[in-house]
Amino acid sequence: MRYDLEIIATWVKPGSRVLDLGCGAGELLDYLRKEKQARGSGIESAEEQVAACIEKGLQVLQGDINEEIRDYPDQAFDYVILSQTLQQVYQPQELIRELLRVGKQVIVSFPNFSHWSIRWQLLVNGYAPKNRQLPYDWYNTPNIRVITLTDFRHFASKFECRIDREAAVKSPKGDGAGMLVSFLPNLRATYGIFLISRR
Amino acid sequence: MSEYIEHDSQGVSVGLTEKLFYTFAEPPGQLVLESGARLGPITLAYEMVGELNAARDNVILVAHALTGDSHLAGYYHHDDPRPGWWDSMIGPAKGIDTSRYCVICTNILAGCMGTTGPSSENPATSKPYGLAFPMVTIGDMVRAQKALLDQLGVRSLLAVIGGSVGGMQALEWSVRYPDLVRSCVALATTTHHSALAIAFNEIGRQAVMSDPNFNKGDYYGGPRPDLGLALARMIGHVTYLSDAALRQKFGRRLQNRQDFSFNFDADFQVESYLRYQGSKFVQRFDANSYLYITKAADYYDLRQQHGHGSEVEAFAKTRAKFLVVSFTSDWLYPTYQSRALVKALKKNGLDVSFCEIEAQCGHDAFLLPSPRLTGLIGGFLARVAEEE
Repeated sequence: MRYDLEIIATWVKPGSRVLDLGCGAGELLDYLRKEKQARGSGIESAEEQVAACIEKGLQVLQGDINEEIRDYPDQAFDYVILSQTLQQVYQPQELIRELLRVGKQVIVSFPNFSHWSIRWQLLVNGYAPKNRQLPYDWYNTPNIRVITLTDFRHFASKFECRIDREAAVKSPKGDGAGMLVSFLPNLRATYGIFLISRR
Repeated sequence: MSEYIEHDSQGVSVGLTEKLFYTFAEPPGQLVLESGARLGPITLAYEMVGELNAARDNVILVAHALTGDSHLAGYYHHDDPRPGWWDSMIGPAKGIDTSRYCVICTNILAGCMGTTGPSSENPATSKPYGLAFPMVTIGDMVRAQKALLDQLGVRSLLAVIGGSVGGMQALEWSVRYPDLVRSCVALATTTHHSALAIAFNEIGRQAVMSDPNFNKGDYYGGPRPDLGLALARMIGHVTYLSDAALRQKFGRRLQNRQDFSFNFDADFQVESYLRYQGSKFVQRFDANSYLYITKAADYYDLRQQHGHGSEVEAFAKTRAKFLVVSFTSDWLYPTYQSRALVKALKKNGLDVSFCEIEAQCGHDAFLLPSPRLTGLIGGFLARVAEEE
């Protein structure tokens, strides 16, 4: 499992109700079901991924996260998880408001755009940065939002979210290998993970 | 709907099955229908494959679509040319695994494949009912199925599964008997027909009723309204396909000729195909049953009947887990209808999974062998069985 998902999994209390937005083939949901006895559901847009989830016995809906999130009752879940999708969302503020309506707590993870290598590329080469976490060119990237750890903290304070927990993660290949970063996280972390709730 | 099912590609089969019968509602204990009319005695033709376990809790009820029957899987005789209509899905280690589950299917009320319908004998006249047969609803069909399950001592259903009009029955089960239904698989279906679906059904019914042989439904023993019924089938068949499917399958290709006939012969392959489908259909189906069942489907509105017009309220008492599946090219029961259903289920906090399968063959897709659909149903049922 991806390193950031492993961290997220450790934050989820056993027996919780979890909604995973953009759940892919259900790796995290499957893990939470087996290891945390979580009652999970997921939303995913790609038919093939949705089918993979349902085939392995997960409860998953095919659809757009911005649309599907609206139908759930208030506080229907203990956790709503949005992993590595925030940078692709057209209206993040509205989406996060909905996540906090539906979930008691929300876990968000995203690639940190202020990593030193990105700053270095922009400073020295003058090109929009590319790396393993952000491998696209400006004209074909799905990542339309540029977010840093500092940005997110600022966002949280401005929009009445409480940050209950956060982790700065270094996972250079974006795979299972990684470590937590405590020294100069905004400069050294490739991903940020935040647990937030309504203030 | 269509008759695509051929032998299973892997040759795996439940083997020989038989058509069973159950008769109930003998006078004076007739079934009071939703219309208020009384019907009895009622015979249901049904099929059971797989073993009923000791607790009688491994039962899956499959509801067939408009023109289907109780013959789900396997063969009645060793030399049958084709197996039951859902043989691709039902059998050992298939999507609906008969080594684990006991699968039951009844021919629906008003049908013509062994269950009491307009072609059955009316005890009051000792002649076929014809149009004296009372109008039945999807709810009546479901209540008749319930009577059979009561008789079999089945107090809980692992799943009710159906596509199209069968899906309506599955949904009806989940709201009418919330304590009995542990899960519901609704394929290419809706809680209420659209105006488009009603329109095509009405054209089909008018085709039947305007046949000179129709004789107000009293044609048994004389020439049958075959032309009208064949025409209804041709219309229906087009609605079960799609633009893409017709284009791929036929295009503008001509049938056994190089040039146009310049008369009204079946020049195009698609014309010839529809004529063949129509003529084949009249050999096995009763025109009055076609009228009654299409009307029952058009009348059906789960929202009105169970939710004062609200789809959300209609599912308030339902406890089943749901798998909802639609197909991209289905224009008779389009995906937006499945999404509306999913939305209502979600708003009730119910456990629902939904997948829209990319398919070119239109509404018929739910009947065609599909590894994707098999995987979805198999995975879903395994979870339902495991989580209990």
